[in-house]
Amino acid sequence: MHKLSKIHGHAAALHIANFDTDQVMPKQFLRGIDKSGLAQGLFYDLRFDEHGEPKQNFFLNQPAYAKTDVLIAGSNYGCGSSREHAVWGMQQFGFKAVIASSFAEIFYSNAMGNGLLLVVLPEKQVQALMKEADDKGVPISLDIDIENLKVRTTHHEFTFVMSARHRRMFLEGLDVIGLTLKHKKEIDAFAQEHWNEQPWVKDVARKTMDRLN
Amino acid sequence: MTARTLYQKLVDSHTVLKLDEENVLLFCDLHLMNEYTSPQAFSGLDEKDREVLMPGQNIAVVSHIIPTHHEIPRKIADPASSLQALNLKKNCVKHNIPLFDTNHPLQGIEHVVSPEHGMVRPGMVIICGDSHTTTYGALGALGFGIGTSEVEHVLATQTLVYRLAKNMHIKINGTLPVGTTSKDMILNIISQIGAKGAIGYVVEFSGSALTDLSTEARFTLCNMAVEAGARGALIAPDKTAIDYVLARCPDITGEIKDRALVHWASLYSDADAQFEKAYEFDASDMAPFVTWGTSPDQAIAINAAIPTKDSIQDPIDKLSLEQALRYTKLSDGQRLEGTPIDHVFIGSCTNGRIEDLRNVIAAIGDRKVAPGVRAMVVPGSGAVKAQAEQEGIADKLIAAGFEWRKPGCSMCLAMNDDVLTSGTRCASTTNRNFEGRQGRGAITHLMSPAMAAAAAVTGKITDVRKLQGAANA
Repeated sequence: MHKLSKIHGHAAALHIANFDTDQVMPKQFLRGIDKSGLAQGLFYDLRFDEHGEPKQNFFLNQPAYAKTDVLIAGSNYGCGSSREHAVWGMQQFGFKAVIASSFAEIFYSNAMGNGLLLVVLPEKQVQALMKEADDKGVPISLDIDIENLKVRTTHHEFTFVMSARHRRMFLEGLDVIGLTLKHKKEIDAFAQEHWNEQPWVKDVARKTMDRLN
Repeated sequence: MTARTLYQKLVDSHTVLKLDEENVLLFCDLHLMNEYTSPQAFSGLDEKDREVLMPGQNIAVVSHIIPTHHEIPRKIADPASSLQALNLKKNCVKHNIPLFDTNHPLQGIEHVVSPEHGMVRPGMVIICGDSHTTTYGALGALGFGIGTSEVEHVLATQTLVYRLAKNMHIKINGTLPVGTTSKDMILNIISQIGAKGAIGYVVEFSGSALTDLSTEARFTLCNMAVEAGARGALIAPDKTAIDYVLARCPDITGEIKDRALVHWASLYSDADAQFEKAYEFDASDMAPFVTWGTSPDQAIAINAAIPTKDSIQDPIDKLSLEQALRYTKLSDGQRLEGTPIDHVFIGSCTNGRIEDLRNVIAAIGDRKVAPGVRAMVVPGSGAVKAQAEQEGIADKLIAAGFEWRKPGCSMCLAMNDDVLTSGTRCASTTNRNFEGRQGRGAITHLMSPAMAAAAAVTGKITDVRKLQGAANA
């Protein structure tokens, strides 16, 4: 993950609550073995009609919204399937951040782990930002200050909360696996003790498979 | 010692390190993988030349992309999907990870396969790159879904950086009436607490209504807790759960068994344990539940009507209702009973187990699939399929006009070639009625297997309790 302390973005509103990851990235785009080519699948059924033609009435297909890189979304954004392709696709499309009053848990972890910043604000403040964006008719200029945990637009300034760990991940660009592997000795020691106490969970997958085959 | 919830006990017993106030390094006893959320995790390991730390605690299954046609051996025609399966095999061989491959006789959906062969034991922490991992709470194991980056983290470290959840208690009193199942129970609960009602929480279910539920019915309940946003679901293991586990774990005998029983007996929430949120429901007046919208919380009892626009105060909820009804081609205030359906899908990690199939047989009696309806039954695993064939369920289904198919996730998410066309209305025993989930423009009504069976034989959404001669499950 790259270091990131500030996002200067262009924000637009998506007025849909419970926007699930099936809609963010439909199934037909999940057949790869790498992360590439997902921008095309993003919001596919919203962006394209059944013949694959862009829907002109969807804002992201309009030239005025070409610069959109911050989404102001309805609550429980990213619910449903755990597919991280939804996050990779948003990033490949150019999104840097999503603002909503709540996010689904797995999507939240996936996004923050990849450096797609998710900002949680109270629904009233989200609505205020949506209104500002809708009124303008083009994406509004919006800054997110990760150092000071502020969202700023022409008309609003809101403070948001983020865990100290996530904030550090953004500011310092951490390799989480690398950090955890520094604790390998503790993990091995824990596992030994755990298996002494509960021997029936040691190698449970391997032993079951050996029995079945 | 301070009183702890079952959830807190499970986290404590798996905490390698406390990282900060909100996060711990959590040890994972079992990691399940599928073909579509794991490839990028393996390539991530390869890029950094990292090993799988504890291969024997990991298992992989080909489940999501696999076709369910009758074909021996099974072949994956789609080249990209075929590559995913081959790639999974290559990765499992390279890293010495056990695999239920495409043509393994016990292949099936990860959440059906792993408990039925005794890999899920009370007190474990189980993760998988699939949101329905909450299923294992039915056996007192903490299960939850993770993304691909976390799959990579688990492979390399057998741990997760885990953000602690809050505790929610859902007590369900009474007893489910005849004709209703745990699917109706969970749809009812989600409709009341909402699709985001449990965000941030691990839900512990308890109450007299659970006592009579089989382990399989409890799987259904915990499986769908994620549709309320829950980060996990738990039921304290009782005799039902422990009998289920012991019947499937021949390795747990003698002194090990005695120790396991002692440990499992400690897996409950202490009497004074604090839950940040609590709900209470009564199962006695629950009716069969069916979804009308595009979110699992948009569900009503079969004898109720879809909410009217005017009855909804919140402008966002009102907008959601309008958006959903536009997609499902229904009207506010309308009843669902009698709505014609084109397709029936019975299967999935929610309702693809043997008990579900027995419920289908009981509901249809001597009836046949209604003309014009295509009804598919996809067993959750090879073992479920074999058992259903042995019990004569498969023959009865085939005689009644159902398609009896091979195991997999199939039309729950339509990632294989089982995809509905636009406008098709489907009575489905799955877990998500999202827009486009079963195919672009396809309309999904979630319901129990008995209700889906009733829809199959009548050609419309039907209250299974009114079906003459149905042995109501």
